[in-house]
Parts: sequence; C-alpha cells; structure tokens
Amino acid sequence: MGYIIENKNLDLLIDKLREDYLVYAPMRYKGQGEFSDTDSIRYGEIKKASDLELEAKSEHTFKEILMPISETLFYYTEDEVKVAEAHNTKEALVFVRSCDLHSLSRLDNIYLNNGFGDFYYKRLRDKLKFVLIGCEKSYDNCFCVDMETNKSDKYAFSIDIRDGKAYFDVQEEALLKYFESVESQKADVSPLYVTENQTRVKLPSPENIDVNFINDHELWREYDKRCIGCGRCNFSCPTCTCYTMQDIFYQDNGKAGERRRVWASCMVDGYTDVAGGGAYRKRNGDRMRFKVLHKVYDYKKRFKDNNMCTGCGRCDDVCPEYISFSNSINKLYDATKGGRDD
Amino acid sequence: MIKNEYIPFPSTIKEIIKHTDIEYTFRMSYEGEVKPGQFFEVSLPKFGEAPISVSGYTNDSVDLTIRKVGKVTDEIFENYVGDKLFLRGPYGNGFDIDTYKGEELLVVAGGTGLSPVRALVDHFATNIDEVKRLHIVAGFKSEEDILFIDDIKRWEKTSNLVLTLDKNENNYLAKTGLVTEHLPNISFDDISKTVAVVVGPPMMMHFTVLKLLEIGFKEENIWISHERKMCCGLGKCGHCKIGDTYVCLDGPVFKYTEGKLLID
Ligand code: SF4
Ligand code: SF4
Ligand code: FES
Repeated sequence: MGYIIENKNLDLLIDKLREDYLVYAPMRYKGQGEFSDTDSIRYGEIKKASDLELEAKSEHTFKEILMPISETLFYYTEDEVKVAEAHNTKEALVFVRSCDLHSLSRLDNIYLNNGFGDFYYKRLRDKLKFVLIGCEKSYDNCFCVDMETNKSDKYAFSIDIRDGKAYFDVQEEALLKYFESVESQKADVSPLYVTENQTRVKLPSPENIDVNFINDHELWREYDKRCIGCGRCNFSCPTCTCYTMQDIFYQDNGKAGERRRVWASCMVDGYTDVAGGGAYRKRNGDRMRFKVLHKVYDYKKRFKDNNMCTGCGRCDDVCPEYISFSNSINKLYDATKGGRDD
Repeated sequence: MIKNEYIPFPSTIKEIIKHTDIEYTFRMSYEGEVKPGQFFEVSLPKFGEAPISVSGYTNDSVDLTIRKVGKVTDEIFENYVGDKLFLRGPYGNGFDIDTYKGEELLVVAGGTGLSPVRALVDHFATNIDEVKRLHIVAGFKSEEDILFIDDIKRWEKTSNLVLTLDKNENNYLAKTGLVTEHLPNISFDDISKTVAVVVGPPMMMHFTVLKLLEIGFKEENIWISHERKMCCGLGKCGHCKIGDTYVCLDGPVFKYTEGKLLID
C-alpha cells in the first residue's frame, strides 16, 4: 500500500512509530568527520524527522546494530557464567539502502546458516524490521548495478523524500496503522533505484578461477606496499563479519570478568596467528587477495548464493591509501579472463 | 531459541599425565559423543580460549593434550590447580573410525600431531583385526619431546611401528631421522591401496605427502588434518577460513584431494 505524506507531517509519523519501535537511521554528526569541517554520517537512533539523513551516503553501516563493535557474551566469576543481556530488547526499525538490505542476507548466511546458529546475532536480528531508503542517484564509488543489488523487493516499508513530500510503499501489514493514523494520501508508490553507476566492475567467472594460479599472481604484489593493513575497509564493509574473542577482568576483583567478541579484520596483523608463533598471509597483498576472493568468489561458491560484496563502495570511500576495491575486482577479472595463458 | 554455543561448561580434571615439561594430557570429565581429531575450546576465564584436539576418550572422559605455547595454555599449566577447566565443543569433523576399517593403514604423525590421531591409532592397535595391517611412523624432535610413550610401547606389539627422533644423541631406543626418511623402508602389502593419515606441523605434512606420492600412494587414499587458528569453532569468526572452506566446520580432517586445494 502506498502513501504520500507532506514533510511537515513526518514528525507525527515518527512519533507514532516511536511509541512501539526504536528507529535507527543514518544521521549527520556535525564536525565529527575524518577531516576538520566535515561531518560524519553514521547510524543513530532518530527522534524526529529532521534527524534523518537520507541525502548523503553513510560511511558506517547498520551492521553495528546487529553485531556491535564490542559485544559482551557473558560474565564470569570463579565458578559461574552468566549470559549478558542484549543491548536492545525493543523492536526496532532500521533504515537502509538497497545494497545494504542485500548485505543483510550475507550477514544472515554467516551468522545463521554457516554451521551453528549464533545466539547473540539471532536475538538482536529477531527484533529488527528493515526500511528501504530509495536511491535517486548513484553515489561516488557505488557499483550496485553490476553486483545486482541496486533493487530490493522486500522491506517493511520504503521511503523516498522529494519535493517536500515523503513517499512510502508499506509492505508490512502490521505497520499500515501508523500511516493511516497521520494525514496521508494513498497512492501507487514504488521506491526509486538507480539503473547505472559510474563505477563498473567485471566479475570473473568462477570456472576461470584457478586458486593455484591466482594466489601466486603478481597482481597482488602492488598491494604489498600500497596497503598499510589498517583494516578500515573491513570495518566499513556491511558484509564483513569477523571477530576475535577477548577476556577482560575487573581490576578490583581479579576473579571476575567478562568475555567479549570484538570486530576483527583480515587485513590487520595477527589475524591468522596460531599458538606457538605461526602466521599465514604475512604480506598485505596476500590479505588483499584473501579479501577480494572472499567477496567475489569464495562466499558465492560456498552458499551457492550471490556474491558477498554488494557494491556499496564504502571500502573505497574510506581507504587512506586510495586503494580501489572495484579496481581490484577488475584486475582479477583481467587476470583470469584467458586463464593461465593470458 | 538457538542454543548459546559460546557458554562453556565446567569440567573436572580427573587426572594429569605429564609427558614432557611443556606437554601434559588433561583427562577431563565429559559424557557425550566425540571423535578423534575433533577439538574443544578450553578456557580459563581472564585469559581466553585455546582450541585443543581430543587425544583420547572414554564413556565419561576426554583427554586434551595441551602444549604450553601461548597465553592461555601457559596459564592452564600454571593455574590449573583448582580442579576444573571450562570447555565447549566438541567441534570439527574429526576422524571417522569406520572409514579405515578393513584397510591397510599407515599413520604418520609428527610431534604434537600425534594427539589428534592418538585415539584412532589406539582403537586399531587394540582391535588389530579391524584393519588388514597397521603401520605407524611417529617422529619427534628429541628424546625429551616424546609423547604417549606408554601407548607407543603398547602399539608396537600389534603394529609395524617406527619411532624416530630428528636428533637421537643418547641412542635412545628409536630410529634417527625425519619421518620421511623411513617411509620408503616400510614393506606394504599393496601400496596402491594403503590408506595414509598424516598429521603434524605444516612442513612435515607437506614433505610426508610428497614422499608418499613418490613411493606409490594414491592421492585419494591420503588424509590430513589442518592446523589453523580456530577461535570460535562455529563458522563465525572467520579466522580459520581458507578459500571457501571453514576449517573448524568442514575440517580439520580432509581428504588430501580436497585439502591440497586449501592454499594460503
Ligand atoms: S567489499 Fe567494499 S564495496 Fe563490497 S560490500 Fe564491502 S565495503 Fe561495500
Ligand atoms: S583500508 Fe586500504 S590501506 Fe587500509 S587495510 Fe583496507 S585496503 Fe589496506
Ligand atoms: S574458528 Fe571461527 S570460523 Fe572457524
């Protein structure tokens, strides 16, 4: 069911929704950007319509809501273990763009369908409904069209704001009442999506990937020096899921503490260390290879699904060395095109 | 509700068997299914967890052979007083005993690599008529590094066993040299059908497999177990991933024909 609501009436809608839901959306944090005088666009809990930042692309993703940067799993004392409470037990609405809505299915696959189901992920996930933010235009570095994530068909509702009005397509019946309760006009609405990006990628076909050949390929050597192994590409990626366990103990009581999991990056030193001092993928180029292949080959092979990468371009946006992920996909394509003899 | 796999359970230390200064077997209380080569995450609150493979089991216990090589294992050695450790698991596929029944079987183990295959070897050395023949090659750096010596002496009675030391200065009752040096001297009934299990440090496994292929083993008859940084054991944390394989879920035991594609 479609609705059009004047911008001036949006606050009322948000108030109504907030009676039953937490509302998470991209917000503009003034002056908190990477460089002075720039803003940071990241997720926060909105209280009113003007908190919504639907113009700019968020540099951080919604995944922090589902898998916090640092998450306490349990507390322990000498002989007792107690499961930590969830940081959020209320139902929530999360505003995401199409690429990120596709990213959600990648997170679900790892956390729910890869071997064991994850208790902590599931309990947060069960509380969330997703709202699609329509894309009127493509942003810098986006390549969603080639990754086939530019369009989404399933959402609680969609939102597009233009010419002083907000356009909604509400799919989830339980949410219709909120739209009925404010001054709104019924209409046929479908969310906007982009059909072309400036950035293009060519995806290597899986049957052309011979790991023996591609792992040793010189294309990765460029990254040995260029990449500084900072991990920002992973932390900004909506589909990266890795973590490391950490035990913390309290100063005042050395016998009590907690176990946490914190985000980890396959680009950062220490990721593959094994007890006794071994490590794999010591060169940054090898880590780049590991990441690129995971995003556009391994994941798809394992889950017989889409590629892991959803083409959001954030890793390109945040890399301090201006390393372009889309470029590396194209380089991989070129290297595999003709197979070994090319 | 999904089971919370992250919560460890307390397990009583029933016995500690000291092999070397830095390698002890902790016999832990545990009732439940377990296979050789599977692993448990052993934790000591405050210090974290370490993946430790199962080196033996009974109806009410598992043996975890722990090597003192890291933060967690150091602490386990120094602070195990008290009478329990926290565990979760078992994880991984482990060795399936039935796979090897009725075969001529060769097990090549290097150093602590003997732990994950110990229960498998023990099973067949004890029930020797379940295999056509059993050959064992166990290699250690030196006399001080030998693990499971009582078992080895017992296995010797039913199997064709070679115990070898890289350095054998005191002429200990063992052969001298790397495991690979002894492989060509073993007399197999039918090398093209013999099944081999190879476990040990990466280099040792690499050269052992090369040697086996050279002397006539078939690739598809070789099994290996991969050592990796297992952190969650649940297919989540990503640390053990190689290509599209998660060693903690799909391994650590692989047929060589699959395992050889796991290159990093
Ligand atoms: S790899 Fe880069 S472009 Fe792809 S989903 Fe992750 S951050 Fe976005
Ligand atoms: S953000 Fe750039 S420099 Fe940092 S690890 Fe990723 S590719 Fe390397
Ligand atoms: S050990 Fe965490 S994914 Fe395998």
